[in-house]
Amino acid sequence: MSIITKLAIAASLATALSTAAFAQDLSGKVVGFSQIGSESGWRAAETSVTKQQAEERGVDLKFADAQQKQENQIKAIRGFIAQGVDAILVAPVVATGWDDVLKEAKDAEIPVVLLDRGVDAPEDLYLTSVASDQVEEGRVAGNWLVGDVGTEPCNIVELQGTVGSTPAINRKKGFEEAIAGHDNLKITQSQTGDFTRSKGKEVMEAFIKATNNGADICAVYAHNDDMAVGAIQAIKDAGLKPGTDIKVVSIDGVPDIFTAIAAGEANATVELTPNMAGPAFDALAKFWADGTEPEKFIITESKLYTSADDPQGEYDRRKGLGY
Amino acid sequence: MIRRSLLKLANPQLLALIGVLLINWLLFPNFFRVTWQDGRFFGSLIDVLNRGAPVAILAVGMVGVIATKGVDLSVGAVMAVAGAVAATMVVAGYPAPIAVVAALVVGLLCGLWNGILVAILDIQPIIATLVLMVAGRGIAQLITEGFIVTFTDPVLIYIGTGSFLGFPMAAVIALVLMIIVTLIVRRTAIGLFIEAVGVNRAAASLAGIRSRMLLLLVYSLSGLCAAIAGIIVAGDIRGADANNAGLWLELDAILAVVIGGTSLLGGRFSVPLAFVGALIIQAMNTGILVSGFPPEFNLIVKAGLIFIVLVIQSPLASRLAPPRIKPVAKAAAK
Repeated sequence: MSIITKLAIAASLATALSTAAFAQDLSGKVVGFSQIGSESGWRAAETSVTKQQAEERGVDLKFADAQQKQENQIKAIRGFIAQGVDAILVAPVVATGWDDVLKEAKDAEIPVVLLDRGVDAPEDLYLTSVASDQVEEGRVAGNWLVGDVGTEPCNIVELQGTVGSTPAINRKKGFEEAIAGHDNLKITQSQTGDFTRSKGKEVMEAFIKATNNGADICAVYAHNDDMAVGAIQAIKDAGLKPGTDIKVVSIDGVPDIFTAIAAGEANATVELTPNMAGPAFDALAKFWADGTEPEKFIITESKLYTSADDPQGEYDRRKGLGY
Repeated sequence: MIRRSLLKLANPQLLALIGVLLINWLLFPNFFRVTWQDGRFFGSLIDVLNRGAPVAILAVGMVGVIATKGVDLSVGAVMAVAGAVAATMVVAGYPAPIAVVAALVVGLLCGLWNGILVAILDIQPIIATLVLMVAGRGIAQLITEGFIVTFTDPVLIYIGTGSFLGFPMAAVIALVLMIIVTLIVRRTAIGLFIEAVGVNRAAASLAGIRSRMLLLLVYSLSGLCAAIAGIIVAGDIRGADANNAGLWLELDAILAVVIGGTSLLGGRFSVPLAFVGALIIQAMNTGILVSGFPPEFNLIVKAGLIFIVLVIQSPLASRLAPPRIKPVAKAAAK
């Protein structure tokens, strides 16, 4: 490789990094955002992060809360079209029934970006969709545990999300993929904790009784942080040390799990980033600059956080977001 | 005399509870193992008492309402409201006793609201309490501003997770409440009045029972019980979760009352048996958790067991069963 190619690569890398690090100035652009509602802390955080991201780029964000109703979302999108916004962000509450309103937006030449959930509509009706890869989240959690236990035998208990829900199915699948082929790791108990703290605690209590008062459990894998927080309390009530006697790994990255990681009571969490709007604005900026069509599915990073990643700082960064 | 009270003990509810516990023991041999740890009892059986307490408390309030031919669908939402009130107040710096009293008063007011809709405005109970079932969770979310409000107040945490003489505080509260309410309704005429209103409100009123007052009383008690359960649930997870606290527990409470042999058509009721009904439901839940069934089977197993329990105590089954009173009657004839 000649020195010139090396320099060229370095230069292009530098440009790539700088575009990633500095948000583009989109001042003067008006973007409508139809949010589902605020049914969970994560949803509230997504709303605040979207507003932040818009502000950083100078975007005038029109926000509409649909209160979990599709008809409200469709009304809001029609309103945005009538106002002649430059782009529309939608977090669709359900997958079906979007064709008509998306067509109206397309006819008005307003690009639509879907956030964190997909729709059953022809792909040419929207610019792109930004979402996390839930299977990957499970895989990252599983890989961390595989690396952490090494060759030691490890019995895992699993706190599943609501039976039949997509995140529960995908996060289970990813985790199982990650530990497949490592015979020292096996899931010995698996039950649903309905994604809630109290059920997570109740199920963990039962698991501890069922496994020689917890002596046979090496790690607990929870499909979300709230269940992990409940499980941590159950482990403490049983006279064991969460984080040491029983390792705790979960998914979501809500503030309370960072407090637990800082206190040494949880080991790792995989973040489901509430920043879906950042990548959406980046894709829009490129699209407006030179008409680059982004990929249809933009996947956000599933980042792992452990005690080495300044959990207290991560907590402070998240606590005001509305989780 | 002794023989009769023994016969009274051998009712379908207690048999069902023992049956469910035995099934649990077959599926999980250590089910009855109770150890002493950190100054309290520790074991699956204790979990049944502890986890069953919130529904048992709801059932104690619900049974009075159902005996008047009513139903209170709002108890789950009232739990969320009471938990939210207690949690936000301790976080705001109020002392725990004041926060607890405030939460109880809020629960009482919620119950009173239901009572007014039913007794004074004559709205059908299922609709009247549906209002608060829907609105209550919204109110709880407004109070917590959509967050899970976490707290570290030792008093609230003690109510949810502490122990008294080695038994979980929640179970102790439930038991004491059950005994107090039983004494009130059975050592006074109130129980009979409630049954009279449930059987025929118009006739009861004509007979001189102040049925409006009585309805206000039972709905208020139900609200108060819901508030107690809400405080316990919040203390248990050290936080008020407005979205999930008490979700669908109204249905478990109604089921507990029905398993306890009280008819949804009002009339005869039993507070202790509703309490046992709640324990039966929880024994099933805990059994499913320790048995290692895949979670996809939870609801089917639960539905199957409940079906069996209800069939055992159906009027048809009691007609088919060998008569129990006969020997006493024979003895009397001699």
